[in-house]
Amino acid sequence: MTPASYPKMYLYRRIVQAKLFIDQHYAEPLDLSAIADEACFSKFHFVRLFKSAYGRTPHHYLIKVRIDHAQGLLAKDVPVAEVSMRVGFESSTSFAALFKKQTGMSPSVYQRRQRIRKMMYRGNPLTAVPNCFAEARGWKNSNF
Amino acid sequence: MITKLTHLCVYVLDQNSAHDFYVNKLGFKVHTDVPMGPGARWLTVTPPEQPELEITLFPIAEGGVFDAETVRTMKALVRRGTFGPAVMTCNDLLATYEEMKSKGVEFKKPPTREFYGFEALFVDDSGNFFSLSQLNP
Repeated sequence: MTPASYPKMYLYRRIVQAKLFIDQHYAEPLDLSAIADEACFSKFHFVRLFKSAYGRTPHHYLIKVRIDHAQGLLAKDVPVAEVSMRVGFESSTSFAALFKKQTGMSPSVYQRRQRIRKMMYRGNPLTAVPNCFAEARGWKNSNF
Repeated sequence: MITKLTHLCVYVLDQNSAHDFYVNKLGFKVHTDVPMGPGARWLTVTPPEQPELEITLFPIAEGGVFDAETVRTMKALVRRGTFGPAVMTCNDLLATYEEMKSKGVEFKKPPTREFYGFEALFVDDSGNFFSLSQLNP
């Protein structure tokens, strides 16, 4: 690494810290201006650098992280309204709209599909596994 | 005509440890996690922005075509870092490198300029190595 690249690395560390902060505190009411202040950036500069590193503005990244976690909770059969609150959305209507925008389906449809998928795997685990892998592992003629 | 790659197999030494590495350190999402009888599990993860590609975290364990000698040989080869199953990409290699290092991921090569962009090499918890690249715009 050249000496000229050191300030750039310092900059990157601050952006990475901001991203990790969002990853850890996504469920809390986050003030992205405060995160920019914490990282010692102007809000405009922070948004620009964050977007160039992660392909999304901090706000859109926060929504993505919340929806990703929501998918995990829905798959565990947590009720939709509770999921919305647990991942940090103030309104379940905006949660449903943003969830649909990201995944292409409503939270309740997603949950129903996950439930069906789980039931199918419980009935016959081999439906989850491509045949070649099942044969390689010797699962083909097993009763689970 | 072949259209898409749907599954990619990565041989791992320990599925629980691989689950932690791929999910918590690389940020992958669990796609399928199904018990397959005593001590066995079908576990696949997907890259954060590529939900249609399942990476099978396949344990090197006895059963089927894997006899005791094959298991011993495979484990030794994986541990030694013989296999490089895939190339991954990111928007910004320096930021991704910093983040992964802060999570304890081991790099064999730091970000280096190549003719096509930047590349770094990291290893997973089993010993498989991966190229991580940022392509020129």
